[in-house]
Amino acid sequence: MRNLASLLFSLGLAFLLLAIAAQLGFGHTPMVVGSRILADAQSDIGAANIVTAVVFGYRGFDTLGELSILFAAATAAGLVLGHRRAGAPDDPQGGLVLSAGADLLFPLLLLVGIYIVIHGHLTPGGGFQGGVILAAAFFVSVIAKPALRLAHGAISVIEGLAGAAFILIGLWALVGDGSFLKPLLGHGVLGQLVSAGTMPLLSSAVGLKVGSELAGLLAHISESEAREP
Amino acid sequence: MTWIALIVVVLVLAAAVAVLALDNLIGAVVASSVVSLGVSVLFVVLLAPDVALTEAAVGAGLSGVVLALGLRRTGLWRLEGDRGGAHPLVPTQGQIGSASGARQGGQADA
Repeated sequence: MRNLASLLFSLGLAFLLLAIAAQLGFGHTPMVVGSRILADAQSDIGAANIVTAVVFGYRGFDTLGELSILFAAATAAGLVLGHRRAGAPDDPQGGLVLSAGADLLFPLLLLVGIYIVIHGHLTPGGGFQGGVILAAAFFVSVIAKPALRLAHGAISVIEGLAGAAFILIGLWALVGDGSFLKPLLGHGVLGQLVSAGTMPLLSSAVGLKVGSELAGLLAHISESEAREP
Repeated sequence: MTWIALIVVVLVLAAAVAVLALDNLIGAVVASSVVSLGVSVLFVVLLAPDVALTEAAVGAGLSGVVLALGLRRTGLWRLEGDRGGAHPLVPTQGQIGSASGARQGGQADA
């Protein structure tokens, strides 16, 4: 009976996939919005990197949804992982190579992360990727020295302020121009660091939020108690 | 360019097989990071540097760390200073942490 159900399910899934595949011509884009964005993104938004123009401009509301999903996941993980008991054992400290490597990598990773966040509208990358690299700078140190404690209070404040800044910029556009998260402040010169209106601000807010969220999440996992024998 | 892509594809497939075949769980985590790293190189070859950055940062970096910390917290990845015996989920002693089995008798009172 169970095998029959699995067979029926597989056949139904295969039929649906084949039906979709029959509709689509291979190698042809099914939507026309791509060419429209490619043609108009630079005059609409003024960002040299069209991917960022889509992520923070045309699809800014989707990015807000992604941020809230990440926030919910990090909050849930923090709740599940809970608190430490006093005197719970830590993981052993990393050796000389790991500790010295973490100290050397920390400023470099911070610099690369900030660069990628700030240049999101010019070069590949943006808030999300740069934020993950910023978080990496912190969790490399946490892994090398497990006894190190991240300041969770400060990280939560940064995270909250960055998330609020993203929404406030969106509301500012809603009040001023009539549509949520619409890029404001003029375009500037294409390719300059200060250009593309509010795009660098949105990118920085997302970078700070993602970075602090992931650093806090990793520190939570790392600080959860080592397993008792 | 095609040769680079072919070499990377072979590397990615070998690493993907290694994830399934390796008995050493932390080795499997590293192999899964190698899969993500190879895929990010493929994204660069395909002229998608944004996706490549995401794949390298999240796939190769973050998820590897999360998996490794998960193994550590569930006791499946043992270091030399650990007390106690093998984990009930680990079938044979000596694969994950060779020191843990030998130290069990001496530290039973700890």
